[in-house]
Amino acid sequence: MPPIPGSGLAKGLAVTLRTMTRKTVTAQYPDAQPELPPRSRGVIGLFEENCTVCMLCARECPDWCIYIDSHKETSPPAAPGGRERSRNVLDRFAIDFSLCMYCGICIEVCPFDALFWSPEFEYAETDIHELTHERDKLREWMWTVPEPPALDPGAEEPKEIAAARKAADKLAAQRAQEQREQQERNQADEKGGTP
Amino acid sequence: MNDVSDVALRLAIVFVVFLVAPLLVGQTEHKVMAHMQGRLGPMYAGGFHGWAQLVADGVKFAQKEDVVPAAADRRVFQLAPAVALLPYLLVLVVIPVGPGDGAVGQAVDAGIFFVLAVMGIGVLGSLMAGWASANKFSLLGGLRTAAQLLSYELPMLLTAASVAMAAGTVSLTGILDAFAWWWLPWQIVGALVFFVAGLAELQRPPFDMPVADSEIIFGAYTEYTGLRFALFLLAEYAGIVVLCALTTVLFLGGWHGPFGADGLGWLWTVLKTALLAFVVIWLRVSYPRLREDQLQKLAWTTLVPLALAQIALTGIVKVAIN
Repeated sequence: MPPIPGSGLAKGLAVTLRTMTRKTVTAQYPDAQPELPPRSRGVIGLFEENCTVCMLCARECPDWCIYIDSHKETSPPAAPGGRERSRNVLDRFAIDFSLCMYCGICIEVCPFDALFWSPEFEYAETDIHELTHERDKLREWMWTVPEPPALDPGAEEPKEIAAARKAADKLAAQRAQEQREQQERNQADEKGGTP
Repeated sequence: MNDVSDVALRLAIVFVVFLVAPLLVGQTEHKVMAHMQGRLGPMYAGGFHGWAQLVADGVKFAQKEDVVPAAADRRVFQLAPAVALLPYLLVLVVIPVGPGDGAVGQAVDAGIFFVLAVMGIGVLGSLMAGWASANKFSLLGGLRTAAQLLSYELPMLLTAASVAMAAGTVSLTGILDAFAWWWLPWQIVGALVFFVAGLAELQRPPFDMPVADSEIIFGAYTEYTGLRFALFLLAEYAGIVVLCALTTVLFLGGWHGPFGADGLGWLWTVLKTALLAFVVIWLRVSYPRLREDQLQKLAWTTLVPLALAQIALTGIVKVAIN
């Protein structure tokens, strides 16, 4: 059957009228904060207590936008007659967000969990030089890092928990074994002690 | 003395309506169009849902520099916005909003003739603007306007003539006095043709070929800035008000309705006009622009035959009931 003439025109009118009765999709951003998805890549926070100045992040960064300065400090031996220990102390840690392309490689390679994604995104500046943020600012952004989202139901157990459980199970099994042996020994003693 | 104050009062009311109604339509268009597209529209100006957006726009236009191109025909260029706007004010004077002589700015015996003739002058403003701007795009827009005016004036006149035939008078108040509810189905084809032709004459989407901003910038208005440009925009919205009011008066029975004769007539006129204005906006949001040849084809192969058929029908029914 051929379509009724004008049915297409009526359909067009119906679409716009239906849209008018629905809720709008406009995000009123400055008045209402956007709802960001989990793992949003807003800015990179530095948990500097974990940083060992291994420089992996600075070397892996494709944009070379991470600046790290450090110096060595020696600490006296823990016990008399021991060797002096030396460690790296962080002097400067800066990320130039005018160069950063938010790939997150620095966060991936950090072996000590010192870098994190934060969803904070309102750090626009009027001068491009002010986009280089130093360690104090990066440390402040650490407070905005959200908890990691919960695992999916049925997901594999996190490695840390698995390892801890393994250790705990082993310990418990060992204890149980010792207890059993102790009991057996006690029973043997009782039998031997009743002539 | 009493006559003078009476005339002054009527003219003042018409003038206020002429200034306020187009802004109301414009604001409605902002909001309705936005919501039909899933947006919110203006939200800031004036505080409450952007009610003062058009006031803000007006202030902005007033601040802009009034540029006249060096090669332009100065006087014609500067006169064009007034020519585009003022005819709608004149038309508004003769449109009756309620029963009796008290509810019309000035009753004119040859109402339909006056209204259609004066509305035609409004299009002349665009022609003047297109010619005087010394700009190729303006000239193209102006010529398209002329072509559109030529093809759409005819069906508009024919359908208006059909109503005049039905009522046996060309006076707008006379037509309303003669109106009966069964005119609605009788003249429905004429009403549709009149409304569509009126839209085309106002160069409203989907008939906005002459001002197609993505093709010929803004047609005849390309070279206009500031207040003169604002006047052209105001003319478009005043045109919507006038067209909707005219369609209401000619085809939808104007003030007729429950309690229409007992003082609520003006409310019916306003309601019907507002509804039609909504339809104008609705059509703008829903349909893409017609191509120039499609535009002409619609007028000559669809609207004119339909209008002629309507006249024939009106004549037959008129003879039959006499």
